[in-house]
Amino acid sequence: MFIERIARGVLGSAAALSVITTILIVFSLLEPTVEFFGEVSPKEFFTTTKWAPLFRPARFGVWPIVVGTLWVSLIAILVALPAGLGAAFYLSEYARPGVRKVIKPILELLAGVPTIVFGFFALTFINPELVKRFWPVGNVGAYSALGAGLVTGLMILPIVASLSEDAMAAVPQSLRHGAFALGSSRREVCTKVVFPAAISGIVAATVLAVSRAVGETMIAVLASGQQANLSKNPGLGMQTMTGFIGAAGSGDVATGTIGYKTIFAVGSLLFAVTFALNVLSIRIVRRFRQVYE
Amino acid sequence: MSSQTLIDPSDDVSMSLASNLAPTRRLRDGLFRVLLFASIGLALGALAVLLLRTWFDGKGAVNLKLLENQPSERPQRAGIQSGIWGSLWVTGFCSLLSLPLGVATAVYLEEFARKGRWYNHLIEVNIQNLAAVPSIVYGILGLAFIARGPLDWGPTVATAGLILALVVLPTVIIASREAIRAVPGSLRAGSMALGATRWQTVRKQVLPAAAPGIATGSILAVSRAIGETAPLLLLGGLTFLTKNPSGLDDRYTTVPLLAFNYATSPRAELREVAAAAIIVLMLVLLCLNGAAILIRNKFQRRW
Amino acid sequence: MRTIEQSEQQPVVRVTPTMAEVPSETSSSVLETRDLAVYYGQFRAVREVNLIIRQSEITAFIGPSGCGKSTVLRCFNRMNDLIPGARVEGTVTYRGIDMYGKDADASEVRRRVGMVFQKPNPFPKSIWENVAYGPKSNGLRKKGELNDIVEKALRGAALWDEVKDRLKASGLSLSGGQQQRLCIARAIAVEPEVVLMDEPCSSLDPIATARIEELMQEIKQQYTILIVTHNMQQAARVSDRVAFFTTEVSQDGDRRTGIMVEFGRTAKIFSNPVDERTEQYVTGRFG
Repeated sequence: MFIERIARGVLGSAAALSVITTILIVFSLLEPTVEFFGEVSPKEFFTTTKWAPLFRPARFGVWPIVVGTLWVSLIAILVALPAGLGAAFYLSEYARPGVRKVIKPILELLAGVPTIVFGFFALTFINPELVKRFWPVGNVGAYSALGAGLVTGLMILPIVASLSEDAMAAVPQSLRHGAFALGSSRREVCTKVVFPAAISGIVAATVLAVSRAVGETMIAVLASGQQANLSKNPGLGMQTMTGFIGAAGSGDVATGTIGYKTIFAVGSLLFAVTFALNVLSIRIVRRFRQVYE
Repeated sequence: MSSQTLIDPSDDVSMSLASNLAPTRRLRDGLFRVLLFASIGLALGALAVLLLRTWFDGKGAVNLKLLENQPSERPQRAGIQSGIWGSLWVTGFCSLLSLPLGVATAVYLEEFARKGRWYNHLIEVNIQNLAAVPSIVYGILGLAFIARGPLDWGPTVATAGLILALVVLPTVIIASREAIRAVPGSLRAGSMALGATRWQTVRKQVLPAAAPGIATGSILAVSRAIGETAPLLLLGGLTFLTKNPSGLDDRYTTVPLLAFNYATSPRAELREVAAAAIIVLMLVLLCLNGAAILIRNKFQRRW
Repeated sequence: MRTIEQSEQQPVVRVTPTMAEVPSETSSSVLETRDLAVYYGQFRAVREVNLIIRQSEITAFIGPSGCGKSTVLRCFNRMNDLIPGARVEGTVTYRGIDMYGKDADASEVRRRVGMVFQKPNPFPKSIWENVAYGPKSNGLRKKGELNDIVEKALRGAALWDEVKDRLKASGLSLSGGQQQRLCIARAIAVEPEVVLMDEPCSSLDPIATARIEELMQEIKQQYTILIVTHNMQQAARVSDRVAFFTTEVSQDGDRRTGIMVEFGRTAKIFSNPVDERTEQYVTGRFG
């Protein structure tokens, strides 16, 4: 059937496009990065601690923005993991069907809020009203990694909640009944039976959520800070990797300059980290998936 | 039936069924429940605070003038018209590219691809990875190849639409695949048993049956594209532009980009306009998601 | 009272003299129900059940599918509480105490009345962890004590010799029959008074089934056993008393409500039942 073959060919090409996209991403990052490291030594990039690539004299120690990313992501997961797990337990093990029907869509709503909205919220409410007012350490200004981290945590909470809930739903009911029949309370069934059984899915969800937090740009750009500030105090403003890329990329950077290439170098680092986390997440599910039979 | 209970005196079973365990166990049960409630409360409460705060921040500026005016430094005259048109152009072009391509890929993977083949497995893994790549990386891709580089389309609507299409493509593919997968095999089997080819079966049976699910997924993808800001920052999307685009090769701005500009402006009154722009954005998204839910509830058939 | 002409029908099941050991009439009652009815929503699944379960006996529930045997069984450890919409009317007492009373805690009930399910459901943990689960929940922490309890329970379930060298292996690595014995060990590790068994052998092969029936006889002195079974011969083999259930058309006419027809010693039920329906079932004329 001629039409069959054409259909198959067209559709196959469409599918192949996705592979081409990945190749393009890798290539787009690769060449300028290689050129970058021709001009800036990897030693300076990875071991020094002053980041000022667009200034004169230019400095290329990447640690400040990596640490900024780490702070924001760490605070984000510290918020999202307990709250997301709690929400998942509640929806999966405690909530009545009627309550569940109301709360699940609200969580989906949270998941659908654009990051610019979160960023605005962090900038205009969380930073000034919460962090600046209550954070005891240091001189808190308009920006803080803490504020950005808290709001990023809110953004990734639905990911943790919904993927964890999926993992819990996969635990067979017979296991719960077995535990109840031994006199366990609902809490014990959650912590001693459901949680251990669903652990691989929960861990994978967490890794994926961290990956999202690392790659988040608008919240970081708006609320985390414009200055590459290497600090132990998350209440201060710190630029993240994504914040740098966003700020530098939206400015007037001429093609081929070292500033331009820096964007790609940091982009490569970002892609490498998130890619590694994503692969890890998939591996965890594949290797440790609980078999119940 | 006699109900005499002759208790054996050697039994020393405690005569109560009340919980005689350490009270800490019950305490922990209660505490656990409280923690779970607190988690839900935190999520819902934070969302409520966010929505309310944004509403109160911006409601003063939400009026028709907002939609009619072009952006301006002066708060009384500041609007988002160029952003609305820009968003329409960019999202429109993005949908034009991503929806057919995404559905086609989904159809291929579900109906035509032979499962064991290495290249098909590669495509599947690839889509999973692409779905998790940060959107700003797509912006970098666009910067290197589309806005500048070999294609050199410049900071235009076309560039933005293309890159956003790549960003939302995995979402379209995954949602469409689920919709297609939900169509029962018996439908396909019946069609092919009557002599229809694969493609005919897909065209006449599978796609119509999967249409509501595909539509829902598409709407969600478009919603994502509307709110996406980060890649556009790199692609030369302007944060301040007073002109509406009139073609694919025009410069543009979008509602989120304008909101970004207003939000970071040193003039505090413009923050109100930023909030207003965000309110408009959220209302549009609410309508779109509402439409998606309506479609899902009304047309989704339970097999 | 209808007498059955012995010459008319040979009972399908012969009750051998050794199994007709008559349990002491004075053995104490452990569980009782009075006018027990169970509703799922508006539907009355079973009605007017009156039973006395006596200590150190094996009581079997027999009858065709769908007549509420498992539903009644689940009343004795309040597992019906977990089914949304399920409601219990009438009284169920444990040694005279109302199981469903205000002061009764469901977890406490379940500690006294254990359960083994139709399909073995060991936790995806080690064999040791499975058996130690109950005692650990009850607060026992000392490794030495727990080891003793695990061994005792596994011996009690006739599984110790087979697994003593691999207590750390996953419970799921055992065969079906072994898994079920593991579940029995798990249940008796908390030293309940009663063990409920809901068709425990229906997913097992005949050899595994025989082992479990043997086990039931061994442990019945210490644990009163209540078993639901589809297998009449099994009921005749292992039980001391039998309750026969069947269905009748329900109030609203379109579904069937379960009722308990007759309850008495195994020997009597199988050789000289009072009710015609019982006789028809045990002689194989229906069901």
